[in-house]
Amino acid sequence: MTTKTHQTTPVLPIPAPAARAATAAGAALTLGSTFLAWTWTAKFPGDLTVTGYPGGLQVLTLVGAALTLLFTLSGYGIKGLRWLTPGGTNSPVRLAALGLLGTMGFTVGAISVELGGVVNLEPGAWIGLVGAIITVVASLGLPHDQDITDTATPSPLEKFLNSLRAPAPGRPKELPSWAEILIIVAAFGIGLFVVTYGIDTAYPELFVGYLIITGFAVTALFKAGLMARLSAITTKYRSIAVAAAFAAAAVFPFTQSTDQYTLIAVNILIFATVALGLNIVVGLAGLLDLGYVAFLGVGAYTAALVSGTSASAFGVQFPFWASVLLGAAVSLIFGVVIGAPTLRLRGDYLAIVTLGFGEIFRIAVGNLDGVSGPRVTNGPNGVPNIPDLNFFGYDFGESHTILGFELGAYANYYMLMLLAMILVVLVFSRAGSSRIGRAWVAIREDETAATAMGINGFRVKLIAFALGATLAGIAGTVQAHVQSTVVPEMYVFAGPVPPNSAFLLAAVILGGMGTISGPLIGAALLYMIPAKLQFLSDYQLLGFGLALILLMRFRPEGLIANRRAKLEYHETGQLDVPDETLAGTTSGTTKAGA
Amino acid sequence: MNTMTTTTPETATTVLDASGVTMRFGGLTAVRNVDLTVKAGEIVGLIGPNGAGKTTFFNCLTGLYVPTEGKVRYKGTVLPPKPHLVTQAGIARTFQNIRLFANMTVLENVLVGRHTRTKEGLWSALLRGPGFKKAEAASHERAMELLEFIGLQDKADHLARNLPYGDQRKLEIARALASDPGLLLLDEPTAGMNPQETRVTEELIFAIRDMGIAVLVIEHDMRFIFNLCDRVACLVQGEKLVEGSPGEVQADERVVAAYLGTPFEGDPGADEVAEVEAAEAHSTTRTEGETQ
Ligand SMILES: Nc1ncnc2c1ncn2[C@@H]1O[C@H](COP(=O)(O)OP(=O)(O)OP(=O)(O)O)[C@@H](O)[C@H]1O
Ligand SMILES: [Mg+2]
Repeated sequence: MTTKTHQTTPVLPIPAPAARAATAAGAALTLGSTFLAWTWTAKFPGDLTVTGYPGGLQVLTLVGAALTLLFTLSGYGIKGLRWLTPGGTNSPVRLAALGLLGTMGFTVGAISVELGGVVNLEPGAWIGLVGAIITVVASLGLPHDQDITDTATPSPLEKFLNSLRAPAPGRPKELPSWAEILIIVAAFGIGLFVVTYGIDTAYPELFVGYLIITGFAVTALFKAGLMARLSAITTKYRSIAVAAAFAAAAVFPFTQSTDQYTLIAVNILIFATVALGLNIVVGLAGLLDLGYVAFLGVGAYTAALVSGTSASAFGVQFPFWASVLLGAAVSLIFGVVIGAPTLRLRGDYLAIVTLGFGEIFRIAVGNLDGVSGPRVTNGPNGVPNIPDLNFFGYDFGESHTILGFELGAYANYYMLMLLAMILVVLVFSRAGSSRIGRAWVAIREDETAATAMGINGFRVKLIAFALGATLAGIAGTVQAHVQSTVVPEMYVFAGPVPPNSAFLLAAVILGGMGTISGPLIGAALLYMIPAKLQFLSDYQLLGFGLALILLMRFRPEGLIANRRAKLEYHETGQLDVPDETLAGTTSGTTKAGA
Repeated sequence: MNTMTTTTPETATTVLDASGVTMRFGGLTAVRNVDLTVKAGEIVGLIGPNGAGKTTFFNCLTGLYVPTEGKVRYKGTVLPPKPHLVTQAGIARTFQNIRLFANMTVLENVLVGRHTRTKEGLWSALLRGPGFKKAEAASHERAMELLEFIGLQDKADHLARNLPYGDQRKLEIARALASDPGLLLLDEPTAGMNPQETRVTEELIFAIRDMGIAVLVIEHDMRFIFNLCDRVACLVQGEKLVEGSPGEVQADERVVAAYLGTPFEGDPGADEVAEVEAAEAHSTTRTEGETQ
């Protein structure tokens, strides 16, 4: 720790050695308690009645306790564990401890509420809870990782928030490249495991516990500097890291014994792919598209109508590649038709027109039923019985045995959708870091200056808009076959089931505009939370709104900040700039002389 | 007037030829029938009191405004009133209120300036052939050269918004230069700068002229203008009042009157004007002394 004159005192006045020892002891106590019975009846899901091994929420608590313990021991400077905390030392302990208390407290609360009273708790649960409380209280006695500089007398809340902050890690030790590649593989392996665990959670309590512990644990890993280390390595071996990420994603269906969760994963992939496509339009080019889901619908309906289903007005059956191309082309045409007149204008016209287009699309396909209009789309009944894909005799509708693993039907679509996602990721990253991508960002930043730099604003915006539409159309062609039915109500502006335009936009904003991983994570969360917590359905939109407000207040750049946003909102690493010039950017009209 | 200004040979080609440019906003005529030429290798100054229409005139030249009347020719061809086509043709500009791409890095700002001189479109970016890589590398190299030219090479990775004020103005110049212009329009390049920074900017503009780029500059700092320019034009209430060598413009009583207000008819204020003229002359002699 640096010794400054106004070193910030810990949140609680406990001597540091005692605090550390108590933190470790508390975490160990809770860790031990997960092996005891927490309740007496198996009515509470997850089998928490057995002494000897942990189950369900106990496993999550165990993870929290183990993580807290590891970070605490790293704080002792124990050899072999110090690599765990290259950034902050004590803030990760506090965050892990909070996560531990969160899961433990949630479990105790859930047992008491569901079974009717605290009498249903076995002593094991009390031991665990006491241990978790000790851990959190003691961890608050650990020193801060960085001092508060802007005020000498911080309020307790400021102190608490500061105690969760940590400096960025310094320069890492050189590792041999095989070790670094091994780290990448291990990291993506762990990532796959964590995501799979989340998708596979069988009951809402477990999913809530999962959200709590992963939320805190991931933040702790960030504060510990491990994520910075990892991202440095993945930047160094970019192609290997990308390959590892997709390999990990491709392994997912092999971990599943039934199709139930693979279907969730396929839907997440569709949602995430479309969100990433929207991120080109919104995040890079800064065009607010409120009807983006309609392009998904255009692709899906196109594929459905040429899929050979008996419900189609056209009795044709295109091969899949042709229907993908057709879906992409039709979406592209719609994109140009919508974009060309509106993108010439500045301001919010685009938002209004796209909002209108989204609704017009839904209502139009609902009316092309032979009664209110020509019979094309079957109206509100949609196009059912879209046949499964068949590649050279490989039937997507059947399970197959690959490498000795029995893969369900949805695994085929999962792989196909993964390919579509790889395509979109590739398009995003390549277009983003090129002349055209820079032009998009320039237009977003200042359209007047961008045109004065020779950028044809209309053309460049139209390219972004049409590209986004095309990518959504491609995703739509796969979606039609996955769902086997397309109905107008799948493509609303806002609704409880993603993807819809509002959720797509939310996934982009929540995850982080202009990034690749942001919308993917945002989409995964926004899909899983309603799917897993169905008891929330009435309050879902309310909670969702609250979450967005809180996010905008505390983390405006989204969960994943892109390089620019990080610099924009938090001014990190640019200490050589004097403060007064930061304010000067908007007041450039001062006159000199004369 | 001093050794730094060069007299342009009569044969020099005309880079910019604006004739009869008029810009009306409803009832307000912000620019009225202004003719202005800039020849190759020249630095021309545009002065005038606040609200005289200087920036509006710039906007007419660069296609941000479509002039109500008049034509703008660049190297003999009439410019279409579209900003990106004007830049494509070879006129680059900076803005009075700095308009950098605040959340892009310094390097990216300059790279955006290269837009018109590179061709790689979406397909080329997606397919990443050898041509794309070569063009990207060339753009980077040129951008870094320009950053070295203005002395910001060490801040290439900083966000533009985090630069100190003076550096932001310089970066705007580098971004404009990135489009390889034949004519550079600078709108108050030294506004808000301290005297040292102003002097550095002066040197920068001379260096730009020496690169073969003609410069048209708006400035309120008379010392700066009279040091720098081969020719100065003064706009007052949208009309070009005088044009001539710095010496001529400086001595013109209408210019002084425009800046300080017209005295009541006849004599009462005449001696005041004389006084001010004397003071002006005094200050410029001092300036010359300083710069030489
Ligand atoms: N878009 C516009 N609409 C209406 N009036 C405008 C517009 N742009 C400029 N004007 C008016 O035109 C006149 C000239 O403005 P301009 O900005 O060109 O002056 P300037 O010579 O650049 O002054 P300064 O030295 O203050 O920059 C002003 O009266 C201004 O209010
Ligand atoms: Mg002006």
